[in-house]
Amino acid sequence: MDLISESGSIILTSFGLTLRLAFFSGIFSLLLGVVLAIFRVSPVPVLRWVGAAVVYTFRNTPLTLVMFFALFGLSYQLGLSFDEDLIWRNAFWLAVLALSVYTSTFVCEVLRSGINTVPLGQAEAARAIGLTFTQNLRLVVLPQALRSVINPLASVIIAMTKNTTVAVTIGVTTASMVNEASGQMKTLMEKNSDQILLIFIIFAVGFMILTLPIGFFAGWASKRFAVAR
Amino acid sequence: MKFKKIAAAVGALALAGSLAACGGGDDSGSDAGGDKIKIGIKFDQPGLGFKEADGSYSGFDVDMATYIAEGLGYEGDQIQFVEAVSANRETFLKDGSVDMILATYSITDERKADVDFAGPYYVAGQDILVAADNTDITGPKDLDGKKLCSVTGSTPAENIKENYAKGVQLQEFDTYSKCVTAIEGGQLDAMTTDDIILAGYAQQDPGKFKIVGAPFSEENYGVGLPKGSEDRDKINDLIEQSFEDGAWEKAFNDNLGESGYKLPEPPTVDRY
Repeated sequence: MDLISESGSIILTSFGLTLRLAFFSGIFSLLLGVVLAIFRVSPVPVLRWVGAAVVYTFRNTPLTLVMFFALFGLSYQLGLSFDEDLIWRNAFWLAVLALSVYTSTFVCEVLRSGINTVPLGQAEAARAIGLTFTQNLRLVVLPQALRSVINPLASVIIAMTKNTTVAVTIGVTTASMVNEASGQMKTLMEKNSDQILLIFIIFAVGFMILTLPIGFFAGWASKRFAVAR
Repeated sequence: MKFKKIAAAVGALALAGSLAACGGGDDSGSDAGGDKIKIGIKFDQPGLGFKEADGSYSGFDVDMATYIAEGLGYEGDQIQFVEAVSANRETFLKDGSVDMILATYSITDERKADVDFAGPYYVAGQDILVAADNTDITGPKDLDGKKLCSVTGSTPAENIKENYAKGVQLQEFDTYSKCVTAIEGGQLDAMTTDDIILAGYAQQDPGKFKIVGAPFSEENYGVGLPKGSEDRDKINDLIEQSFEDGAWEKAFNDNLGESGYKLPEPPTVDRY
């Protein structure tokens, strides 16, 4: 158990970084996912095409490639930089960007299936009483759609939390030599090759601590907010 | 024993996750017959241990491994190369996945507790690789305020941070080739690891990079063997023989001759 006393604080910091990645990516992917879903069901053809193009492109590209493109393509080739001086901050926000865009396509498709659970008659009724498309979506359709997809949405967010580990391909590190969790796991395994089993367990438990509450909360919330039909 | 195997399996599983880029080892020859020798090498280190696109292997470690295996009485087709990444080298030797390892494997006292070493067959030193036109980095102390690149889980970068330049920024990637790309593009200033590894990358694109040439550590590369191996003396003899008959120098020149990095004197084999 020397490992824990020696590396405990580093492991905690690395999970802190992973948590921050997951937090920001979670917020942005939910927001962007809602926008994409609205695009995909909107009456304007151009918006539908844009929505479909984004979803098909990023849903079908491996996250590793999206992540790689964010740093080497967007940042190194095209000059997009979140921070000119601090390389870790640039890498961090590029990772958030890549994760958000990638995850938002799944959020969008989950939401779209939620929209399909709302009986067509309701949207027609809303139109009949004079609501515009936006009002219809905002007041009638989306609230019900969201409440019916809480559980699958939680699965998407859990998958996203685990996907933060892919950020290691673009080297998301802090200035103080602390890597995000999967990179830290690799470092520790290299230095303590006799304790691989223990290290694996520590990190598996760490990720469970991050993701299990999301699942429990979603289970509770989906019961609490379920739409009675 | 059984527990060890399970531990190794779980470890390998975890590694597969974090090292997906490495593609995993070749497990086609799991029949551990006495007529084959399985040698762990790196697959992703140009000039040292590298798996070519056509499936053949090249590099200094590969040539040395072939020389040693032939000296032990194995023919070319009896030699099977297995990918050993840094983190699973001890595990592979302990659980018998490989018979020996030549993968830029530094002899350390810590590792000696787990495995045996023949050699060293090469003494490397930690050095710095910069773009060919870079003149303001001549040693580790010049790295203050610079952007340095290294690989996740490698010790060389930590060595710099702890002992030399406090103000250095570190970018960690999962492979050295990404570092090379970033230095070529000018986004990062330097990368650090053992000089011979850097030479391999310099060799890939002659003229684009240079090695600073001020080594500040000593890494004794040895042949990793399972604890209590009977072949150790024989391999030590073979290593000394390769120094004398020119095979060692040829292996270096064939693989790293154009990197601009000079072959040092052969080391003294340590028969501990």
